[in-house]
Amino acid sequence: DVGNADAENWVDHMLRIRDAQDEVAFAQLFGHFAPRIKGFLMRSGAGEALAEECAQEVMATVWRKAHLFDPTRASVATWIFTVARNRRIDALRKQRRPEPEDLGWGPEPEPDQADVMELQQESARLAEAIAQLPRNQRDLIEQAFFGELSHSEIAAQTGLPLGTIKSRIRLALDRLRHAMS
Amino acid sequence: MTIRHHLSDELLLAYAAGTLPEAFDLVVATHVSLCDECRARLGALEAVGGAVLDDTPAAPVADGSLEATLRMIRDRGKDPIVARPPAGVFPAPLRAYVGGDLEAVRWRPLGGGVKQAILPAARGATVRLMHIPAGVAMPDHGHRGLELTQVLQGAFFDKDDEFYRGDIEIATEETQHTPRAGADQHCLCLTATDAPLRFSTMLPRLAQPFFRI
Ligand SMILES: [Zn+2]
Ligand SMILES: [Zn+2]
Repeated sequence: DVGNADAENWVDHMLRIRDAQDEVAFAQLFGHFAPRIKGFLMRSGAGEALAEECAQEVMATVWRKAHLFDPTRASVATWIFTVARNRRIDALRKQRRPEPEDLGWGPEPEPDQADVMELQQESARLAEAIAQLPRNQRDLIEQAFFGELSHSEIAAQTGLPLGTIKSRIRLALDRLRHAMS
Repeated sequence: MTIRHHLSDELLLAYAAGTLPEAFDLVVATHVSLCDECRARLGALEAVGGAVLDDTPAAPVADGSLEATLRMIRDRGKDPIVARPPAGVFPAPLRAYVGGDLEAVRWRPLGGGVKQAILPAARGATVRLMHIPAGVAMPDHGHRGLELTQVLQGAFFDKDDEFYRGDIEIATEETQHTPRAGADQHCLCLTATDAPLRFSTMLPRLAQPFFRI
């Protein structure tokens, strides 16, 4: 399965950036994600110059915050999406972004490889399931994430298959809480 | 402690997408800090965002984009690892807006022992801390928009529902209510609105412009 191999590969890139400040791994990650971040920001209403500037800043933030990436709770695409979203709120809407309290403070135990693989596979399955949704439903989801719908226009997303990935994330949170106590 | 009143899918999705006014973002971030159930639901919705990003048509980056980014990285270096703040009443996102925990709040009296502190947030919605003495009820009111009320300490009662620390109440244009603080202890909550409330009695209506409720 190409999708899975890709996702796990990106985790490996993130760990090389975190542990060894590996610029080769970063260049590959940049090659894949920077143009998508730029496309995402332009679709969200940013002009080309602003989108370019923000895409660079997002990728620089990915490097700086690499130690906060937890592969048992998010895929690399998901984590980069949250960084890009926050940059968009700051640059386009000129407001601060309060984020939930971080669960992992300071050095964390090395994550279990099986947990990492399961979450990454679950993310790939979710992406496939979204790709299979009827066109109009997929359009609505994209519009919501590109910021084209206001909160009052977003209705309950009944078609989204979120059950199993939610359980994986919940399990990862329980383990993290357990490890901290 | 079990949380029984959670965020709706609509609110979590709008927060994941980054389309809420800042005031609501703060209430959502505060609830998620206290509630692992909603944290997991948020994680799942953000995974949808990750899939959308990964599927977005690429826009070619400028020449020298990677080199410029690497220069930025070398100039600024890594983020320092921040120490965990001591446990308190406020979760980290709320603390950042107050500038500390409970003792740092700058209260303004509203009369009858009720106090409020409006927190700074971008236009579009207002967010405030409310301190309501034990047994005291808020004036009966309706809503012209959305109202989120997150309990931080004590409890309040609304019709047949009870709300304790961690619980959130979502009131809409259809809601008319008179929330009352629990009898044993004052109630401390964080509340955000995107439109002025609709009071059914004269006195609070007169005071409304002064208190920005
Ligand atoms: Zn919840
Ligand atoms: Zn109300």
